[in-house]
Amino acid sequence: MIGNGILLTITELVIVGLVLLVFLILLAFFLGYMERKVAAFMEIRLGPNRVGPKGTLQIVADTVKLLFKEGLTPDAADKFLFNLAPGIIITTALLAVAPIAFAKGFQIWDINIGVLYISSVSSMAVIGILMAGWSSSNKYSLIGAMRCGAQIVSYELSIGLSLVSIVVLTGSLSLNDIVESQANGWWIFKGHIPVMIAFVVFVIASTAEINRAPFDLVEADQELTGGFNTEYAGMKFAMFLMAEYINLFVVSAVAATIFLGGWMPFHIGGLTGFNHIMDYIPSSVWFFGKTLFIIFIIMQFRWTFPRLRIDQLLNLEWKYLLPISMVNVLLVTLMAIMSWHL
Amino acid sequence: MTKEELKDSFTQIFPAVTFDESGEFLTAIIPSEELLPVMKVLRTKPELYFDYLFCETCVDWKDHLMMVYFLNSRTHNHTLVVKAKITDTINPQIESVFHIWPTAELNEDEIFDLFGVKFLNHPNLRRLFLEEDWVGFPLRKNYVDEHMIEL
Amino acid sequence: MILGEEDYITEEGEFVVNMGPQHPSTHGVLRLKVWLDGETIKKVEPHLGYIHRSIEKMSESLSYRQYGYLTSRMDYLSAHINNLACALVVEKSLQVEVPARAQAIRIIIGELTRIGSHLLWFASAGLDLGGVTPFFYAFREREAINSIMDENCGARLTQNFMVPGGIVYDVRPDFQSRVKEVLKQFKDNFHEYNEILTGNVIFQNRLKDVGILTKEDAIAFGCTGPTARASGLSCDIRKMYPYDGYEKLQFDEVISTGCDSWARYEVRMAEMLQSVRIIEQLIDNIPEGDIVAKTKNVIKLPKGEFYQRVETARGELGVYIVSDGGASPYRCKYRSPNFANLSAIPHIARGYKIGDLIAIMATIDLIIPDIDR
Repeated sequence: MIGNGILLTITELVIVGLVLLVFLILLAFFLGYMERKVAAFMEIRLGPNRVGPKGTLQIVADTVKLLFKEGLTPDAADKFLFNLAPGIIITTALLAVAPIAFAKGFQIWDINIGVLYISSVSSMAVIGILMAGWSSSNKYSLIGAMRCGAQIVSYELSIGLSLVSIVVLTGSLSLNDIVESQANGWWIFKGHIPVMIAFVVFVIASTAEINRAPFDLVEADQELTGGFNTEYAGMKFAMFLMAEYINLFVVSAVAATIFLGGWMPFHIGGLTGFNHIMDYIPSSVWFFGKTLFIIFIIMQFRWTFPRLRIDQLLNLEWKYLLPISMVNVLLVTLMAIMSWHL
Repeated sequence: MTKEELKDSFTQIFPAVTFDESGEFLTAIIPSEELLPVMKVLRTKPELYFDYLFCETCVDWKDHLMMVYFLNSRTHNHTLVVKAKITDTINPQIESVFHIWPTAELNEDEIFDLFGVKFLNHPNLRRLFLEEDWVGFPLRKNYVDEHMIEL
Repeated sequence: MILGEEDYITEEGEFVVNMGPQHPSTHGVLRLKVWLDGETIKKVEPHLGYIHRSIEKMSESLSYRQYGYLTSRMDYLSAHINNLACALVVEKSLQVEVPARAQAIRIIIGELTRIGSHLLWFASAGLDLGGVTPFFYAFREREAINSIMDENCGARLTQNFMVPGGIVYDVRPDFQSRVKEVLKQFKDNFHEYNEILTGNVIFQNRLKDVGILTKEDAIAFGCTGPTARASGLSCDIRKMYPYDGYEKLQFDEVISTGCDSWARYEVRMAEMLQSVRIIEQLIDNIPEGDIVAKTKNVIKLPKGEFYQRVETARGELGVYIVSDGGASPYRCKYRSPNFANLSAIPHIARGYKIGDLIAIMATIDLIIPDIDR
């Protein structure tokens, strides 16, 4: 009956939405804790170890503190846009989680244009950032937002081109198909050189896309005190932080899915016995293991390198990454036509 | 150049100079009105070539103010102290040497701030350390601080 | 200061941005008014006075034993060397002979201070440019040096250890072994500094060709210390006008002709190794004997003027005392190295970007309390 059908769909949507939100909040907490412990490990110190067992509740304490802060809106700010901006940023971050496959058959929305969907939804975050910077009516926020807009728009090109190289090899935009095609080996091994180049370009470009160091001059507090989120406090600021961690997860998950096989265990084409043993490890463990590995690499960047200047950053994209990506796409196409991949 | 040669050179530039040789550097005392031409010659004349002004300050001697310039030549490695005597303590003023040595800009701002000496032809004379509306010049000997409380 | 509307009316397209006085980096309270055209700097104007404590005026009412203590607060990273300058003026004017043990210990403590100061510079240079990790590596060694200061001189930062005549109290019996231990730790870990910052391409690109200070400009602005030595100017006071036993030691003056921020960085890194070399020459044979020469209880300098210069970690500190024969200085002027280095910044920074201004400030290494006194 139609009535039941609609009610059932709505209930399903609400449950899935709640589960997803809870999962992502917990994930953001976990990533925040991981970041602080990784930072401490690299800086020869201990990191949070007092609040909760081994400091696990530190992030909870910080979030509670942020929630209780007074969220001031500057007088001269455009109130509607000022309040809308964090909403847009976190919405686009959450939307991008939809097509990602966490385990075998465990996907929120199996859309047949998964790669294109993720790429376009994450571009919409630029709107939110520019809105935040402009509506704060503050010189520093405006400079920060303009820098950020230029940065994100430039680096999307490299991300798109490196994703295209896998799409060319697989022949499909759907994330499920891409993962299935790695059943006889991950693309990073099958596609050897061009895919490795694409992987490296993807990791660098997505670090720039999510405004993490060494590309975080948007938030360079030594230079311009906070960039586009200078005027935000309390819950809205917490939304910016959460959006950053969720973006980090999405970008790493996409890299893991497309280049490292997603939930596909480590198979070597032809060795059926070995593949069978690998299948015993649950696919969700594979997925999260690969994602956390890439997150760890991206986190290490932050604590190792100093920051780039804006013109050096844009130079890096337009003079180095983009030409390399374009040539790489040609190489991959050649490889796909000639079947030089494994 | 030795101290004797410096004395001779200086006397050629400005005959009415008095010398004080009690300290470790040769000191030349001139009236404040004659400062700028003398300094220009000291900077440009090739045998002297004093291109390094390493200290510029003022001393309040109650009936006159004495501007002290420590000059050194990086090429010849000799040092000379030039003192310019300002006799007017109510409205002291002297030419600025900013156009000869750029390091004098902030130094002279400081001396204006703390002693009240006006520097003519200074690009942007302003109070450096104290607030714009501070009354008085603290490093003068006759300065009375109205914020001080006598116990 | 009362800011009016006229401060912000500028030419077409320019706007004024304030950097400071509260900085997230460790320079101190300096306010820079920067006129920007987009990202390019058109003019920089420093505004000082946020930490002006009238040290020169206060010195006029203190005795010759007391006035040195205020100088610890001036350039607090070279506190020992500042105290040394004040002590040397008195010793020079009264012609007091400092015992050999005191001289040796003074030099060792002074050079340890220099290493500590350069380590903090290294930490904050990395921090300013966005690399957070070198901060912790450098502070590991600085903590070791501070603990030696704590054990022997009584305090970690403002020690007041050097007095006219010598030093205040003798060092502990394990001073020699502790200093050797710290030097060994420093030399073992020095390669980490090179790996994390010196060899880093991003760091090099931030600093190379940024903030050119030519040799003529360095002389004209009165710059001294590593800032001027990186422009090819030979100005180490320990070599040119040696004081307090430096004439007997072998060390190199590190000069570079790069003139940019990268050269200033390299000069300071090399200076740390030179300081280690100086300490190693002295640490094994500190002479026995008195630690302080006998001076009168109330020190009165003869009438006249005295100037003493020392090489702090940042350049030439000059103490100029005008004495009228009394127990306090009549006029006490401190020629501070950071004051002159700061006056060069508006000239150097013109035409660069905001990020470059941060890099320039990071490598010129200012300490604002020294400027404001």
